[in-house]
Amino acid sequence: MHSSVRDVSGVSAVITQYGRKLVTESKPPLRILVGKPGLDGHDRGAKIIARALRDAGMEVIYTGLHQTPDMIVRSAIQEDVDAIGLSILSGAHMGIFPAILELLGKQDAMDIIVFGGGIIPDSDIETLQKKGVKKIFTPGASTVEIVDWVKSNVSGRGIPASE
Amino acid sequence: MADTPAKKTEQKRKQKADPGRQSPSTADWHTTAYSVQKERLAEYSTIGNLSVPALVGPEQRDHWSFEEKLGYPGEFPFTRGPQASMYRGRLWTMRQFAGFGSPRDTNERFRYLLSQGQMGLSTAFDMPTLMGYDPDSEYSLGEVGREGVSVSCIDDMEVLFDGIELDKVTTSMTVNCSAAPILAMYFAIGRRRGISWHEMGGTIQNDILKEYIAQKEWICPPEPAVRIVCDMIEFCTAEARRFHPVSISGYHIREAGATAVQELAFTLYDGITYVEECLKRGMAIDSFAPRLSFFWDVHNDFFEEIAKFRAARRMWAYFMRDRFHASDVRSYKLRTHAQTAGVSLTAQQPVNNVARVALQALAAVLGGTQSLHTNSMDETLSLPTAEAVTIALRTQQIIAEESGVVNTVDPLAGSYFIEEMTDRVEEEAMAYIRQLDDMGGMLKAIDIGFPQKEIAESAYTFQQQVERGEKTIVGVNKFVAEDEVVDIPLHEMDNAMEQERVDWIKKYKASRSQETVHKHHEALRDACKNGSNIMPVLIEAVDDGVTLGEVSDIYREVFGVYRDPGMF
Repeated sequence: MHSSVRDVSGVSAVITQYGRKLVTESKPPLRILVGKPGLDGHDRGAKIIARALRDAGMEVIYTGLHQTPDMIVRSAIQEDVDAIGLSILSGAHMGIFPAILELLGKQDAMDIIVFGGGIIPDSDIETLQKKGVKKIFTPGASTVEIVDWVKSNVSGRGIPASE
Repeated sequence: MADTPAKKTEQKRKQKADPGRQSPSTADWHTTAYSVQKERLAEYSTIGNLSVPALVGPEQRDHWSFEEKLGYPGEFPFTRGPQASMYRGRLWTMRQFAGFGSPRDTNERFRYLLSQGQMGLSTAFDMPTLMGYDPDSEYSLGEVGREGVSVSCIDDMEVLFDGIELDKVTTSMTVNCSAAPILAMYFAIGRRRGISWHEMGGTIQNDILKEYIAQKEWICPPEPAVRIVCDMIEFCTAEARRFHPVSISGYHIREAGATAVQELAFTLYDGITYVEECLKRGMAIDSFAPRLSFFWDVHNDFFEEIAKFRAARRMWAYFMRDRFHASDVRSYKLRTHAQTAGVSLTAQQPVNNVARVALQALAAVLGGTQSLHTNSMDETLSLPTAEAVTIALRTQQIIAEESGVVNTVDPLAGSYFIEEMTDRVEEEAMAYIRQLDDMGGMLKAIDIGFPQKEIAESAYTFQQQVERGEKTIVGVNKFVAEDEVVDIPLHEMDNAMEQERVDWIKKYKASRSQETVHKHHEALRDACKNGSNIMPVLIEAVDDGVTLGEVSDIYREVFGVYRDPGMF
């Protein structure tokens, strides 16, 4: 089980910001790491998703560009996130997703959900889902669809997902 | 006051009485003949959110000076085009961007494209090459030859241009942070083939500022990177007169989500920055300004795009004359390449992309481009197949040979709406230019993330508009096909190629004289540190087998590595 000390002041700031909803639900916001692995610099999608998840009340950590799988997994554990969302448009997805899953396994952090999006052919999506990637979004997916999926499929620390 | 029922009734009565009645003014037409109630939408705007009026009339041109805003083609302020004869004299260069796999694979595609009537070459490099890594680097894993061709040494460059006459075909090379070693290899193979550098025509993108703003392919921080760009401008000015040492690019800024206005403003300001840096090192404006070239995106909004091309030429001419006091007319002329908007293509119903590309290409031609790449319909799914690339090239040929739009120069000039849009795009872009001036220039603006944040904001706004249905993408948020199965042929990658490239470059490196390589590394390190022009040193280094990755490692060592601030 991965764990880290949570930044208490950060939590209260979030509760103030999203005040009522969170207090009544007494559930901390989901923490999502949006990662941009590899050399590819096309970050429009990653930034839109980061922004949409944040606007939906989640705490978003965006890694910035040119991250190795190792850097992404280290950030995810340090930041104690509930899920990692990766944006890959370079065609390197078949190398990167499995590398990240393997590193999470080694760190005993398989409870962190991995999802992603990019220019990824259907046949590769199937293979990646078999390996443990929970969901792959392809071009044309709306931010609403992605936010809804995250809400339904990612559970906050110790709290089961609503579906 | 507008559209009062009484006035409307009066108008209808008058029209019945006099069917030949004409509104005395545009304002009168708006209040009497036109009905806002009958409009389909609550609001009409361009993709870039400029409001679009129902009608522009002659009164709106009253304040307008023909000489100041329009002039004649080939004359100041070049709104109507950089040449007088435009496409009656010479068609634009049809230049399809191509590159994948090994240098041999891409050489075959180049020869195919030339055999199909393409007029110039345009090289796409793979991510490791673009980021300054050889195939055997750990950072190259999974990316070798995938999005472009892998080139890391002079032997690769020889194979890439095998059988292609470097003094006859002009070549464009899309590479930025690692542009200097690539250009050095290109000049070195020219020298080996006995061709004078002054005879080698082409363009190297080499626009590093837009990398920090949008495309994000960098090695070192902006200041030393801009210095290398200026080294190349200086070198080409003296040694390779036909070569364009920088293509100041709006394309990537737009693709990252900018509006047309932002693309125009940030790109022109990047141009201003290179000019200022070259002037600082004592170069005369008219010695290098004629070699600067530009590169625009062409998106879906037809008139906004045409207005952008026209406004760009006018703004640049005024900057050159009034801001930089250029006196050679060639310095005033903004010449541009254009590419249809990759970001506008859809993975859904991909054949529809052929229609999008045709409209965008038509806008580029009516906007007066000098060179054009048309995207292939399958590019949201994979690298384009040869068949899809051919359709894209044929699209340009149909515009050039069948549509008749090339027969007269700048046919849209004088259209009330086109001129209004051109002025509007210029005004909005000028507001950004002033803002950037106030910030102390583009390097400072990049440092505080200003253009990056503006672009991210526009990208998010557009996405939200699409999701709310305020902006339409056919096949994505309207006219969606149920249970669509995409069934078009896709380009197949050769998966063994990466390992072959890795093995090959390792063997190549081991085969060189290590003493000679070391000597060149030292010379390059010195040039980087002491501020002398790196190009002469680089040409000798790559000619003796120094690789692109090694050059980039020296940059990293001397100048440091730039990290993405990761703002969203």
